[in-house]
Amino acid sequence: MNVTGKIFGINGPIVFVGGNQAFKMGEMVLVGKDKLVGEVIGLTSERATIQVYEETSGLRPEDEVTGTGAAISVTLAPGIISNIFDGIERPLKEIARQSGAFISRGVSVASLDTQKLWDVHITVAPGDKVYGGTIIAEVPETRAIVHKSMVPPEISGTVTKVVPDGAYTIDAPIVTIVDSKGVEKVLTLTQKWPIRIPRPTAKRYPSDRPLITGQRILDTLFPISKGGTAAIPGGFGTGKTMTQHQLAKWSDADIIIYIGCGERGNEMTEVLEDFTKLVDPRSGNPLLDRTTLIANTSNMPVAAREASIYTGITLAEYYRDMGYHVAIMADSTSRWAEALRELSGRLEEMPAEEGFPAYLASRLSAFYERAGFMQNLNFTEGSVSIIGAVSPQGGDFSEPVTQNTKRFVRCFWALDKSLAYARHFPAIQWLSSYSEYVSDLAPWYTKHVGEDFVECRNQLLSILTQENQLNEIVKLIGSDVLPDDQKLVLEIARVIRLGFVQQNAYHPSDTYVPMEKQLKMMRTILYLYQKSKLLIDRSMPMSLLKSSRIYDKIITIKYDVANDELNKFDDYKKLIDEFYDNIMKTNA
Amino acid sequence: MGIEYLGLSEINGPLIALEGIRGASFDEIVELTVEGNKKKIGRIVELYENKAIIQVFQGTEDMSLFNTHTKLTGHPMEVSLSPEILGRVFNGVGQPIDGLGNIIPEVRKDVNGLPLNPCKREYPRNYIKTGISAVDCLTTLIRGQKLPIFSGNGLPHDQLAAQIVKQASLGEDSTEEFAIVFAAMGVKHDVAEFFRRTFEESGASSHVVMYLNLANDPVVERLITPKVALTAAEYLAFEKGMHILVILTDMTSFAEAMREVSSSKGEIPSRKGYPGYLYSELATLYERAGIVQGCSGSVTQIPILTMPNDDITHPIPDLTGYITEGQIVLERSLYQKSVYPPISILPSLSRLMKDGIGKGYTREDHQDLANQLFSSYAHVGDVRGLASVIGEDELSPQDKQYLKFGAALEQTFLSQGPTEDRTITQTLDKGWELLSILPREELDRIDTKILDKYFTQNQG
Repeated sequence: MNVTGKIFGINGPIVFVGGNQAFKMGEMVLVGKDKLVGEVIGLTSERATIQVYEETSGLRPEDEVTGTGAAISVTLAPGIISNIFDGIERPLKEIARQSGAFISRGVSVASLDTQKLWDVHITVAPGDKVYGGTIIAEVPETRAIVHKSMVPPEISGTVTKVVPDGAYTIDAPIVTIVDSKGVEKVLTLTQKWPIRIPRPTAKRYPSDRPLITGQRILDTLFPISKGGTAAIPGGFGTGKTMTQHQLAKWSDADIIIYIGCGERGNEMTEVLEDFTKLVDPRSGNPLLDRTTLIANTSNMPVAAREASIYTGITLAEYYRDMGYHVAIMADSTSRWAEALRELSGRLEEMPAEEGFPAYLASRLSAFYERAGFMQNLNFTEGSVSIIGAVSPQGGDFSEPVTQNTKRFVRCFWALDKSLAYARHFPAIQWLSSYSEYVSDLAPWYTKHVGEDFVECRNQLLSILTQENQLNEIVKLIGSDVLPDDQKLVLEIARVIRLGFVQQNAYHPSDTYVPMEKQLKMMRTILYLYQKSKLLIDRSMPMSLLKSSRIYDKIITIKYDVANDELNKFDDYKKLIDEFYDNIMKTNA
Repeated sequence: MGIEYLGLSEINGPLIALEGIRGASFDEIVELTVEGNKKKIGRIVELYENKAIIQVFQGTEDMSLFNTHTKLTGHPMEVSLSPEILGRVFNGVGQPIDGLGNIIPEVRKDVNGLPLNPCKREYPRNYIKTGISAVDCLTTLIRGQKLPIFSGNGLPHDQLAAQIVKQASLGEDSTEEFAIVFAAMGVKHDVAEFFRRTFEESGASSHVVMYLNLANDPVVERLITPKVALTAAEYLAFEKGMHILVILTDMTSFAEAMREVSSSKGEIPSRKGYPGYLYSELATLYERAGIVQGCSGSVTQIPILTMPNDDITHPIPDLTGYITEGQIVLERSLYQKSVYPPISILPSLSRLMKDGIGKGYTREDHQDLANQLFSSYAHVGDVRGLASVIGEDELSPQDKQYLKFGAALEQTFLSQGPTEDRTITQTLDKGWELLSILPREELDRIDTKILDKYFTQNQG
């Protein structure tokens, strides 16, 4: 018998239930006659506090609130990939089918299609000992992903019965086990997991493999590892969402969970349209075949916005447990923090900085710590990487969400307004961004990309830093008075900025760049620098060097050399040699 | 439903409290009768057992704890709609004020609306020609977009909005049904009158629905005005298949009204005293723009807001910018140089433009040209900074060209008459004329092929 209670008070998305109730903290409840989904977030001897995940208008005092006995949780089974859900894992397409273009309240839908028959291949046999995490069945979920159904983490025992391979729904019994106490348990393709509790793993690995994104400034200058965490802070219009989209499209994770948390509806529609059309360069399948979207747009109820982040990460952990590399794009964590603030305000809690609740930092850290490169309970390896966008108020990074996020992430990709104004994209500011993974990943880069990779990267960054210092002087006295070697630094920095750091997401061969090309581009630029420097050392004036237009040719390498024509780089080397010889010949 | 409650237990600013109420629901509308003759309406904003906190739209003047009768209506705020609303004028809560009598409703709709399911949206791709170069070329307006104008007091945002409305609605495809929904929140009489006159002069007034809450109208009423207007817009767009342009002015007054009510409710303030739910509240308005799959109509929004103290980081423009699909920012210093429209192009942005321009929509060179203008104009700022330190004479010849480019852009490209309607070809050609001031090798954002086709070096 489930606990029920009667509504006592209503304040926006917060509902109070009078009396001393037997509700549990975190329990999912159904509120009112429309059975709106809610969660118990506070209990005293006089009242229970409930946050409601849907619009509360029309609720009345005395309306009934029913407990479900279980914590708010997600359904985990085949059918998650390629789907689009709201913040509490309700499928939006199914909601659209039931209630039309607009989302009405209290729509009762199952998270996943319970009618669909999946092609199931059983991977255990009677007599097998199984533990939490053991893979019991494989289901081809999409063209790209094989879904591996597992024994729920807290269950173990001996298999007594299995069904033959064939077509089953997600609720059909497929494997029966007997645990050590002799209790029989029937397993289906489905399991449930509470969203606020991390799924258990065996152990954590060091972060020594990069998440390749095909974005030069990220892969080369500020790399993130598989299982790593990164934040993209930036004011509006600086390209957070664009960067997230690029990562979702091109990063070499197996599965992408894209959480649109309090963002624009049209953006989610764009992702949905684009990802259906775009093809994953590695598998040749549509990107949607490896993507799950969680859309809780800004006009959808605020409490579900708070939950959407947890829903997303729980789905990610589930696929990690199967041995996949999962990347989460959370756009934007600031909206989530603001949802916390809004709910906290309604609960009349004591505010800390800027009205945010004092537990903001601990919530953020708990979220980011769910990322990691893990050994799973079934001894497979998988990772969850989190890339969170942050929308600081007024673009000011000193605000609480950015500052607290900075404490818990190891990559910081700071977006810059002035770069965005000049339409320099990605507008990641190389001076204020950082990645703590560089030294962790150095051995991998040395082994798989090139021995000189890290060295090249460091040189590039140092030239950009020098440019910044020189610009301070230029601002005061103009660039004409600088000595030629410093003018060269400025010119090479320009080549790096325009030809390497800047990347055009709409250009077919520039939107994704393989590591090998990134290295070759760096080598070419640095070779040009080295040769030019020799000329300057022989007192050739910078104006003479510039007149050859070689610098502009190097800048357009990103467009002129397609990703599969890397042998063309030899021509560029020749070109630079010619440039050097020419000047030496005619002016020596 | 027939029960009336006599008296109140508390009056505090725009809020009243009523105890002993039964069967009230959250967000329900109540009718109040003061002294037996004055009618007001209010909305239940908080409920505790048998006590309701009610927000009174017309203000609490004349009300005492004894002279008020309260009646529950049993439904949330609704508005009467029918195609007849075109050409009519209403007050901030949707009651006619033009003396032409009541609307015979075809439907009554809840003004709060419902969130549009993202998988039922259609991604907006059709651009709207406004005839204004800075908008068409650099921050292209797309049908179904929400593109606010960030302005300041004393800047010509009203003229700009009026010009967009005039030129966009009477554009090339005027065969399609269009209409304008105009919602004024706390604007001056003169401003409302200016818009009314403009609509009349352009012959559009029979296609305009006006919801007016003027500066001296009750403050709380303007909390509901944009919702009423957007409900009408959604009705016309998605049920009547019309293309609707919604002008919301001034969003700052709306947010101020929210702060006022929030503080009298005793809520915990977040930034600058605004309530924590300002973002959610603004989002529920702005997100009501868009196109629905399978409907021929669309809702395009142009909200106008005046940035307090011209500060773009103030919570109202800041939160707005995070929700809307770009912004058009007006700049005082340009206006002082008598540039009209004084659009500050660098912080201005249209997020949807990338998919609505180029080959098949405007012209193949559009995106590259726009990027180059942005990038070169950004450099003009650096050069001007340098010139103010070392003097213009000391600049390198190339930097001097940039100065010339910057001045030309402001005087010939940005500037145009309040009735001048440029075609997209004129606008783009003007853009290339500007670029011809600069040496070709400085144009690093343009594809070589496009450069070959469109670029001609200015020899003079």
